[in-house]
Amino acid sequence: MSAELTLRGWLLAEIPKSKLQARCQRVFISWLSFRRNPIAMVGLLIVASLVGIAAMAPWITASDGLELHLANRLHAPGSEHWFGTDELGRDIFDRIIWGSRITLYIVGLVSIIVVPIGLLVGVVAGYLGGWVDTVLMRLTDIFLAFPRLILAMALVAALGPGLENAVLAIAVTTWSPFARIARAEALTIRNSEFILAARVQGVSTTGILIRHVTPLCMSSVIVRLTLDMAGIILTAAGLGFLGLGAQPPTPEWGAMISLGRQYLIDQWWVPTVPGIAILVVSLGFNLLGDGLRDVFDPKSGT
Amino acid sequence: MNKLKKLLITCTTLLAFGMGSSQAATPSNTFIMAKDIADIITMDPAEVFELTTGEIIANIYDRIMMFEPEDLQNLVGGVAESWEVSNNGKTITFKIRPGQKFHSGNPVRAEDVAWSLQRVVKLNKTPAFIITQFGWNADNVDSLVKATDDSHVQITITEEFSPGLVLNAMSAGVASVVDKKLVMSHEKDGDLGYDWLKSRSAGSGAFSLKTWKANEIVTLEANPNYRHGAPGIKRVILRHVSEPSSQRLLLEKGDIDMARNLTPDQIKGVEGNSDIAIDGNPKGTIVYMAANAGHPILGKTEVVQAIRYLVDYEAMANSFLAGQFVVHQAFWPAGLWASLEDTPYKQDVAKAKSLLKAAGHADGFEITIHTLTNSPFPEIAQAVQFDLAKGGIKVNIVTLEGKTLWPKYRAREHDIILARWSPDYVDPHSNADAFAHNPDNRLEAKLTGVLAWRNAWADDASNALTVKARNELDLDKRKQQYLELQGMLQRTGPFIIMFQQNEQVARRKNLQGFVSGSNFDLVFYRNVTKQ
Amino acid sequence: MDDSTASGPQSIGPGQALSRNLVKVLGIVASISLTFIGLTAVTFVIGRVMPADPVLAIVGDRASNEVYQQVFLQLGLDKPIYIQYLRYLSQLAEGDLGTSIMTAQPVAEDILRFFPATLELATIATLLGIFVGVPMGVLAAVQQGRWPDHIVRVVGLVGYSAPIFWLGMVALLIFYAKLDWVAGPGRLDVIYDGIVEPATGILLIDAAMAGEWEIFDNALSHLILPASILGTFALAYISRMTRSFMLDQLSQEYILTARVKGIPEWKVIWNHAFRNVLVQLITIIGLTYASLLEGSVLTETVFSWPGIGLYITSSLFNNDMNAVLGGTIVVGVCFVGINLLSDLLYRMVDPRVR
Repeated sequence: MSAELTLRGWLLAEIPKSKLQARCQRVFISWLSFRRNPIAMVGLLIVASLVGIAAMAPWITASDGLELHLANRLHAPGSEHWFGTDELGRDIFDRIIWGSRITLYIVGLVSIIVVPIGLLVGVVAGYLGGWVDTVLMRLTDIFLAFPRLILAMALVAALGPGLENAVLAIAVTTWSPFARIARAEALTIRNSEFILAARVQGVSTTGILIRHVTPLCMSSVIVRLTLDMAGIILTAAGLGFLGLGAQPPTPEWGAMISLGRQYLIDQWWVPTVPGIAILVVSLGFNLLGDGLRDVFDPKSGT
Repeated sequence: MNKLKKLLITCTTLLAFGMGSSQAATPSNTFIMAKDIADIITMDPAEVFELTTGEIIANIYDRIMMFEPEDLQNLVGGVAESWEVSNNGKTITFKIRPGQKFHSGNPVRAEDVAWSLQRVVKLNKTPAFIITQFGWNADNVDSLVKATDDSHVQITITEEFSPGLVLNAMSAGVASVVDKKLVMSHEKDGDLGYDWLKSRSAGSGAFSLKTWKANEIVTLEANPNYRHGAPGIKRVILRHVSEPSSQRLLLEKGDIDMARNLTPDQIKGVEGNSDIAIDGNPKGTIVYMAANAGHPILGKTEVVQAIRYLVDYEAMANSFLAGQFVVHQAFWPAGLWASLEDTPYKQDVAKAKSLLKAAGHADGFEITIHTLTNSPFPEIAQAVQFDLAKGGIKVNIVTLEGKTLWPKYRAREHDIILARWSPDYVDPHSNADAFAHNPDNRLEAKLTGVLAWRNAWADDASNALTVKARNELDLDKRKQQYLELQGMLQRTGPFIIMFQQNEQVARRKNLQGFVSGSNFDLVFYRNVTKQ
Repeated sequence: MDDSTASGPQSIGPGQALSRNLVKVLGIVASISLTFIGLTAVTFVIGRVMPADPVLAIVGDRASNEVYQQVFLQLGLDKPIYIQYLRYLSQLAEGDLGTSIMTAQPVAEDILRFFPATLELATIATLLGIFVGVPMGVLAAVQQGRWPDHIVRVVGLVGYSAPIFWLGMVALLIFYAKLDWVAGPGRLDVIYDGIVEPATGILLIDAAMAGEWEIFDNALSHLILPASILGTFALAYISRMTRSFMLDQLSQEYILTARVKGIPEWKVIWNHAFRNVLVQLITIIGLTYASLLEGSVLTETVFSWPGIGLYITSSLFNNDMNAVLGGTIVVGVCFVGINLLSDLLYRMVDPRVR
């Protein structure tokens, strides 16, 4: 039978017959190259597991992780409680599973805020240049100049503790590097021939920015985002550790370490298990980000 | 390449070097204590109100009246040797003990005693209310408080107060006797030495202040000429360690002699250690919830009563609070004169539900509990959240640092606050004035120091009884009045009083003589000895 | 076509060159000042917006309204916020950072006391990162795809992914509590406090200068663990970057040429490839150092290390705004300074970004 009729054949065809096919081909080829990297695959596996676990939480847990059993405090890990119980008798395994939803929530929300803003600022600054560039870059610099955790702490302290405010604070401290990256890309692109062609054709500046410049910046930004996700998770955990993030009894992993740290010596599992969870998830995102970067931009050092 | 190798070798050697010496036992004439001392912001007794500093100045300054570690129940003269109360009960004359000396060598004169009290009133810092409530202010204090001769000080009050109360107030931190000559020699722009005394000491007590590095360390040096004799150790060091688990590690290793902030679980963890002893000292700190009477639902008596019946006090006291908090349900702490020790409330969900129904809230409602971020408050809040859910009340918890919580509380912006309270001085009026006495409930009155006001609650009967007990001259009658007042507040009013603190101090067995009484500043270092 | 990025052969007189450089320098100074002002403005606004009450931090929660008002006016909090800000800036210009509520000392003195501790920590951590991270990165690049590469990458990544406060706690438990290899939390054992004169504030240097080797030892013993924890991050990042820079270099033509010429492999790696990486590496090291300065907040909390991170954190929770502002400005200035330097270096090396 003709090779084009299978999906794989369609994806590997020499000459794509439509824009959609071309796009799918690009993704597929990137995937093949990605697949060859075992470390990146591990990362993908971890992240996929995280998403899977978070989605299936109601079915894999016995409780909602919020029920107190004061008589049952600080039980060691065993057959009844796989990760033991915490200082108020709650099952730690269940809390970790439900906490994964919170982790994804934080990561997702921050990404949705940070990527558009970073892209907007960076692309506009890089493409338009001149005083717009100067002003926007000054703004970016101010936020970059701020010690990240301290700014996040200050913002949460000002806005009041809570998960949403922590997300906002993290977003405010994280967007600057993306603006810089987008700007750097925009700078290198703005004088290229096809941009000039588009201008000659009469496409408006906004049109150029949206349809031509931004898509080219996307891959660097996405790579950087994935690499930064671990940092976001760690910052959120840090805020939780300082009592500024999710409020009790929410099973946010950083807060669990904080409230459990006094038990480290005799009931080590209480703060250790959430720590391992954070470690594994950050690792997953870092590996994934590395893999993505190897595929899309193997020569970039940052 | 060679340079690199050399550097590597040097570093490794240094590292190895460093790893060898990690043990350091404490010297035998120094008492080293680990405590969270972040609350210290001043060393001036006219300004001190924080828990740690209260304890420190109690060991640096002698007060006019004092409780001594040998007998914590009895109020005796400190700097004063004896006193006489006038017939109308409004004037007290103190005779100053002869032969006392300040750390500077200056003698302790009647002039110093009078000046110390005048200074508190004139500076008018937070704790000044303890004596300004007697009717003293910057204009009249020089005539109402004066040294009548070299060894006598006379104080006259213009408000109605039981002399017993006045004497109790003279045992508070504001009655610390300060070295006038020394402090005034450092006066700047008429500040009465305020700037200088903030980080130094000028007292006549068992110890003097050697250093205070904020959030790091406080060092006290013994006064060998103290009137009760030289202290048992030459130096006391309070080392700031904010992590209780770090305190525990330091104690187990012998790097410190005493850990003051171990949690109940950590106490359990060190119980088996043969080098460590645990002392339990009942303290005057009570843990309570306050429901804002201005809230449409929480303002109803039955609702607050229902909450009192929903909380499972025993379960908390027997689990994560075990050993460090006991159930106590009146506003004056147990172990002090005139305390009400009845604990009528236990968890009774059925009763609570019927009360809620009577109030028209059988379906429950939603509220927020604000509390502090440090243990055990988040844990207590979570347990209460769980308990209240049984009555259909949905609780959201918000934990805040103290400095963020208090403004809310003082502005009546809360639903329920879960906090603690300790007496400012050892007299039942100290707490009665806060919990039961709200003479002006208007928002504009801003009686922000009064707990009843913060919760928008004022009751005429309660106000009247507080004032009556305050002025009562007969001790037995006074005691009865306070018992009645506490009972009243157990049944009405916005307070759900839950626990009283039992301080657990973990110390190395070779350290003896540490005395910790029932108030935050009744802590004495001078009898400490080490073998 | 607009070719503003190219600079062809030009002949400019020395006077023109000088004025051009002068303008550049002025531009940089203006740039830094603007960033600086922006930094202070943002911090100031956050401070005033915070629900923690600075007056209560001084008078305590029991204060009557009268006492409260007295201090409120004293702090100038009744004035509109821009006047407060201007007042702050004018004091700043005189070098007065205000007084801290927590310590009752001038903020400038506090910072001089706390900053060296963080500097000490960050420096040792960065050194660890360099001396372990760089060789690791080079090894991984040279052995790319094979198991040393994988190991180095995973080790680095784990170091990069662990929550630092958790790592610190566990390390304290193992190395201090159980194994007794190092000293515990804090900078120095209490009995040594106050013996060595704080000349630089860096205990190791001060103790060495005073000849107090026992104290030096003790300080080192306290320093190792927190520095190693922080160093793990530095190490992870530096080894990653070294690896990717080296990979970049090793794939280039001149390396092939060198090999063909018969130059021994180790010379090719270190004398050729690594040399070219050095400048970029210095940039990365600078960035790492800067981020360690602020990243120490959590480490300092776990180890009770009295550094600037802990100072800013405690001040924040006490709403001691003078202290927070002062600390943030100092750290921010270092940050900006180091970033600027790295930026300049990077621009000189990478013509694409010009």
